[in-house]
Amino acid sequence: MERSEEAAEAGLSNRWPELLVALFLFVMGIIAVIDSIRVGIGWEEGEGPRAGYFPFYIGCILLASSGWILITALMKFKRAQPQFASWTELRSVMQMLVPLTIYVAAVVFLGIYLSSLVLIAFFMKVHGKFGWLATAITSIGVPLGAFLLFERWFLVPLPKGPIELMLGL
Amino acid sequence: MEELNNLMHGFSVAMTLPNLGFMVLGITLGILIGVLPGLGGANGIAILLPLTFSMDQTSAIIMLSCIYWGALFGGAITSILFNIPGEPWSVATTFDGYPMAQQGRAGAALTAAFTSSFVGAFFAVLLITFLAPMVARFALKFGAAEMFAVQMLTFCSFVGMSKEPPAKTLAVMALGFALAAVGMDTVTGTLRMTYGVTELLKGFDFLIAVIGLFGIGEILLTMEEGLAFKGKSAKIQLDVVLKTWAELLRYWKTSIRSVLVGCWMGVTPGGATPASFMAYGLARRGAKDKDSFGKGNIEGVVAPETAAHAAGTSALLPMLTLGIPGSPTAAVLLGGLLIWGLQPGPLLFTEKPDFVWGLIASMYLGNIVGLIVVLTTVPWWAAILRIPFSVIGPVIIVICAIGAYTVHSSIFDVVMMLVFGVFGYLFKKLRYPLAPLVLALVLGDMAESSFRQSMLLSQGSLSIFWANPLVGGLMALSFVMLLWPIVPALKHYLRSRA
Repeated sequence: MERSEEAAEAGLSNRWPELLVALFLFVMGIIAVIDSIRVGIGWEEGEGPRAGYFPFYIGCILLASSGWILITALMKFKRAQPQFASWTELRSVMQMLVPLTIYVAAVVFLGIYLSSLVLIAFFMKVHGKFGWLATAITSIGVPLGAFLLFERWFLVPLPKGPIELMLGL
Repeated sequence: MEELNNLMHGFSVAMTLPNLGFMVLGITLGILIGVLPGLGGANGIAILLPLTFSMDQTSAIIMLSCIYWGALFGGAITSILFNIPGEPWSVATTFDGYPMAQQGRAGAALTAAFTSSFVGAFFAVLLITFLAPMVARFALKFGAAEMFAVQMLTFCSFVGMSKEPPAKTLAVMALGFALAAVGMDTVTGTLRMTYGVTELLKGFDFLIAVIGLFGIGEILLTMEEGLAFKGKSAKIQLDVVLKTWAELLRYWKTSIRSVLVGCWMGVTPGGATPASFMAYGLARRGAKDKDSFGKGNIEGVVAPETAAHAAGTSALLPMLTLGIPGSPTAAVLLGGLLIWGLQPGPLLFTEKPDFVWGLIASMYLGNIVGLIVVLTTVPWWAAILRIPFSVIGPVIIVICAIGAYTVHSSIFDVVMMLVFGVFGYLFKKLRYPLAPLVLALVLGDMAESSFRQSMLLSQGSLSIFWANPLVGGLMALSFVMLLWPIVPALKHYLRSRA
């Protein structure tokens, strides 16, 4: 699995991702510890351990372990590192991640049905080079199927937006 | 023989016509989930969980556990036909399964995989049938301290047994516990780590984490690999099945060994993936012609499949008896039980015998039904896999989003799913294990409350954790597991000094 930096294709090395993820975990540890101290990590007479008692120690473990990862990552920062992913691979990931992010934002504002329709149609048309008919059938069929399955048969409402409201659904 | 009577009663509960229908439905959905990239046992069940809320408890859990069997079977299809493991535990199956398919022996490879899965699961269910009631009776005597010690052992085993770096295992585990603590504290009612954000009041649901980490994360990984499905079509003829079965009898030693490895790794939270690799390694080491492994040796299909299913199934034993799931998928099943107000643990066996034995009986039936369904429907699944990823990918995203939303009818959860998805991808790439994170998120509240109860009992003294041999022994074992990764480093150090 692991490729060295001198591998055939250029790409992003593990250096920064490793460091940033460890840093993120460290910050989470700080958040946990600070808030635990706020709610109290001590012993309440007659009640027992306070709310922050357990999360405080969890936060400490998180700080210690992510700190360790951080230090090791910094120590070998200058050395050659295995490749995280090649630029081509990262571009493919972004081709999914960017539409996915827009999709999630769209679900918040437009509801799930219209957003799903656009997402599926976009992928089929742009990446799959499908004809209009196949694209239309799939991109309308999937949200419609979801509507029937969830709203009609299992009576689970899904998020709707202004368009569905206009149609009176 | 009380177990046999109970089991017979269980069969009468499970054998109703609607329940058999749910079994077939569950198996079919499960295979679909196992075959599609980005949908796996754990997040597939998480997504389908809300659909079962309107169903009868026993039927619902029968269907969910059948989805689990189906997913286990489904992973093998993609490994053998397309060299794409649908599930992490079927990676080892690709080593010999795919070469077999390329030599035109796809039918034999699939039959071997399905039959071995069946054998592995069957022995694991036997283990559950006879061992689970005993474990449950024993665990009834557990107090809060013993419960915490068992949980401690579970988590320390992750550090000791995981292939990933121990510091990373520990870090994601602590992250899981921290996320579990967000929201209202169940004992005092204090708000923790919400920082005034209303959406955080109810905390992080592990179902969302599972859908994001395993579903979206997996889709991103699949994109990175630039997936193109180019595989063999498959049909299984009856004479191939019979011939393969006759051949499989010769590998009984490998089967038994793999069952043992699988059951052990399943009950302890080693999980199905390491079990399948271990069984493959053992089979190879024990074989006469080691060189034929990796080139289409049927034994190389039998060993990992048997072990993976034995592990996947026996992971339900600690889930049912102690309330501690042995795998992420078992954790999702546990979440399902909790939603229906069933608290897994020793009391479940005495309070809800109908449910427990119905579930165990359905494991036997589900496996038989599963074997028949997969053997007869393989060509269809192979056809589904020829649908390009530009269609499958966005459809799976839509399914994941719907699944994340329906858990609590919350849009915020859909956003969280995306965040967990990105971290799932990063964690996978940087070798952070995901299973401890999910289990910590599930067991966080439980572990915390048993810890606090123990502290209350002892008036704040940690000595309660070595107050009797049982709890002391469990704690000692936990620390051995926790410190296990230091052993090789220590050995290295001593050797360099000598």
